[in-house]
Amino acid sequence: MSENSKIFKDGLWEQNVVFAQMLALCPTMAVTTSGTNGLGMGLATTAVLVVSNMLVSLIRQTVSSQVRIPVFVVLIATLVTIVDLAMNAWVHELYKVLGLFIALIVVNCAILGRAEAFAVKNGILASAVDGIAMGLGFTGALTLIGLIREFLGAGTLFAQASQLLGPAFAFLEVQVPGYGGALLMILPPGAFAVLGFLLAGKRLLERRLAERAAARPSPATA
Amino acid sequence: MKLDILREKLAYQPLLLGAVALLASAALAAVSAATGPAIAAAEAKDLRDSLAEVLPRGLADNDFLKDTVDLEKDGKTITVYRARHGGEVRAALFKVAERGYAGEIQILMAVDMDGRTLGVRVLKHSETPGLGDKIELRKDDWVLAFDGKSLADPGPEKWAVKKDNGVFDQFAGATITPRAVVKAVKGGLDFFAARKQEITG
Repeated sequence: MSENSKIFKDGLWEQNVVFAQMLALCPTMAVTTSGTNGLGMGLATTAVLVVSNMLVSLIRQTVSSQVRIPVFVVLIATLVTIVDLAMNAWVHELYKVLGLFIALIVVNCAILGRAEAFAVKNGILASAVDGIAMGLGFTGALTLIGLIREFLGAGTLFAQASQLLGPAFAFLEVQVPGYGGALLMILPPGAFAVLGFLLAGKRLLERRLAERAAARPSPATA
Repeated sequence: MKLDILREKLAYQPLLLGAVALLASAALAAVSAATGPAIAAAEAKDLRDSLAEVLPRGLADNDFLKDTVDLEKDGKTITVYRARHGGEVRAALFKVAERGYAGEIQILMAVDMDGRTLGVRVLKHSETPGLGDKIELRKDDWVLAFDGKSLADPGPEKWAVKKDNGVFDQFAGATITPRAVVKAVKGGLDFFAARKQEITG
C-alpha cells in the first residue's frame, strides 16, 4: 500500500478523528443539528487543518520540543483568526452561516492533535495529505451525524444547504412529508445517542470484518 | 548540525516564543487592517437590510443609518435610527433586548410617530429549536402580530400572552419565549413614549 493511500485510509476510517480517536467531540456534539451545519463545520476545519499541518511541518526543525505546544497553539489561533477575519470581509454571506463555527475551530483538539501526532514528524507534502484525509474523515463524520439527527429530529435532509453551497445545491434539500420530527434528536441528548449508535455500529462492522479475515486464511501467508 | 545544539540552549526557548508571538501579532495586525473596511461595509449593509425590513417601503427618503441619536436607558446606550420623509421624522428604529428562556433575545423594532409599531424582527436568540424559535419570521409569522399595535391598542394590561390574559398567542410548549418578546416590545414602546421629545428633537 502506498504511503498516501495509507494516510487516507487512516483519516477516513482507521484513525477517524471522531469515530476512532474520539477527538473534537465538543464541536461534533454542538454543531451537528443538521447535515448542512456538519458539512460547513467539517469543511472549515479541513481548511485550517491543512494549512496548520503544513506550517507546523515547515517549522518543525526550528521549534524545540520544550516549547512546541505553546508555539503550535499560537500558530493555530492566529490561523483561525485570519480565516475568521478574511471570511467576514470577503465572503460575508457565507460567514453569516458559518461564523459561529469558525471561532470554535480554535478549541478543536484534533488540529493540535494532528500537529503533534503527524505534522511534527513528517514532510510538508505528507502533512498536507494528512490534513486533507483527516479533515475529510471529520467532515464525513459530522455530516453523517448531522443528517441522522436532522432526519429523525426535524424530518428534513440538508435543510438550508443552498445558503451554504449556493442556489445550485437546493436539490439536496429534502423534506419528509407529514413527519414533524422528534425534537429530542436535535437537542444535546440526540447527539450522544446518535454518536453512541454509530460507534457501536463501527465496532460491530470491524469485528465482522476481522472474523471473516480470520476464517479465510489469506493466500500471502499460507 | 548547529541548529540541534542551539535548540537545546535555555535562551533559545524564550527567544523562539517571543519571535513566534511577534510574527503572529504582525500577521494579525496586517490582516485586521486589510479586512477592516470590508468588514465595516458588510456590517453596515447587514444593519441597513435589517432596518429596511421593519420599515415599510417608501416611508423614508433619508439615509437613516447616518441619522442617529444615542439615548441612555438604565445605564445602556440605545442608538435610535430616525427615518425621515421630506425632512420630517416619520419613524424611529431601535433595538431592544429581553432575557428569554436561554439567554438574551435581541429585537429590532420600528415605531411611528403615533406610537404604533411598524415592524418587529428578532435579530438574535438562542431559544429552543422547534419550540421557541417560532419568534423568527423564517419559521412562523407570529412576530407579525405586533404590527400596528400601540400602548393604547391593546391596553397596557393586555400586553401579554393569552395565558396571562393578554392578546398575544403563546406557543405550545413554550410560554417564556413569547412572554419575553412581548415584554421587550412593550418596553420599546414605553421607551419611545417617554423619550419622544429627544428622539424627534
